[in-house]
Amino acid sequence: MWAFIHKLGSPKWFYGISARLMPWFWAAATLLILAGTIWGLAFAPADYQQGNSFRIIYVHVPAAFLAQSIFVGMASAGLVFMVWKIKVADMAAAVMAPLGAAMTFVALFSGGVWGIPTWGTWWIWDARLTSMLILLFLYVGVIALRGAFASRDSGSRAASVLAMVGVINIPIIKYSVDWWYTLHQPASFTITSRPTMPLEMWAPLLMMVLGFYCFFIALTLMRTRNEILRRESGKRWVQALAEESV
Amino acid sequence: MTPKRKQKLFVILGLVSLAAIAIGLTLYALRSNINLFFSPIQIAAGEAPIDRQIRAGGMVKEGSVTRNRDSLDVEFVVTDFVEDLAVRYSGILPDLFREGQGVVVVGRLTEEGVLRADEVLARHDENYMPTEVAEALEAAGYSPADYGVKLD
Repeated sequence: MWAFIHKLGSPKWFYGISARLMPWFWAAATLLILAGTIWGLAFAPADYQQGNSFRIIYVHVPAAFLAQSIFVGMASAGLVFMVWKIKVADMAAAVMAPLGAAMTFVALFSGGVWGIPTWGTWWIWDARLTSMLILLFLYVGVIALRGAFASRDSGSRAASVLAMVGVINIPIIKYSVDWWYTLHQPASFTITSRPTMPLEMWAPLLMMVLGFYCFFIALTLMRTRNEILRRESGKRWVQALAEESV
Repeated sequence: MTPKRKQKLFVILGLVSLAAIAIGLTLYALRSNINLFFSPIQIAAGEAPIDRQIRAGGMVKEGSVTRNRDSLDVEFVVTDFVEDLAVRYSGILPDLFREGQGVVVVGRLTEEGVLRADEVLARHDENYMPTEVAEALEAAGYSPADYGVKLD
């Protein structure tokens, strides 16, 4: 196990293993998202109160899950980079941030679209919505901080520290609906408790969530590979790879 | 782990936990402001200011909705099953507004303890189900909100 993690830290080894893993995650993501979308939008029954507008859940919930998970992933990668000085971890953290920001935006936007027919408003300053907006700002801050330094190493360290401190916001987002009165509903979809909806509504949601996670893994592997080539372009193995493909 | 790395790890963990404590204490101090709305119990206890814009939340009491036939005026009672709060509103209600539904009402509290609402927002709970299932549950004497509870 430790040997495997150690080897992951080598850019060359990571480049090799990710090439083999990536197609599986792409295939799983495509299949799950396609099947989940068709099932969720066309075949799942409409909700007894919200009608068809509840189908926004099939985009909203997976995007919100990913937005929070990516931030935790980014902060963990930042910790590994800061303590163990593993460069691949920093590359992964760098490529995760834009996707996380995009997913946060999708969650906020789809929530606003959903809010108009159900709540009667697209935005309200309740604890869940506000903490999610703060997450978007944290992502933007991490991306900006990384680019704000002349030396890449300083930028990486500053971004890692902000990500690690910002991770405090994640439990606040998660428990905001339990700790305070909010307009947002409590969680419908958790791993720890029974689903609050019948199987024919819940199963496509599970597929979408898994599909989004596979998409995230595949995209992060792909973009980390690009980042490795970019940063290691002076290394012999990368140049050999380039000559091979010419 | 080398001593230097260990030291670095502890410095980072210390920094993050200090920040967490600071944010935790701030949120604890502001807890009443973070709550989106007052519950009828809090209003009955006099915790909500009079004649200032506040938000109140709870369930629309069954059988309490009375509409004016000639205008958009509507009166209803918001309850948390302990205390009741009378609400007067004039305007269009959200689609999800119905008796037994959770609502958040934005408005001003009068001296008589009636809330004059400027805006009514509907809440919904975490349960989703097809119409047929909801009807079957009601026929069996359950409320759709009991769905999650019934499973256990």
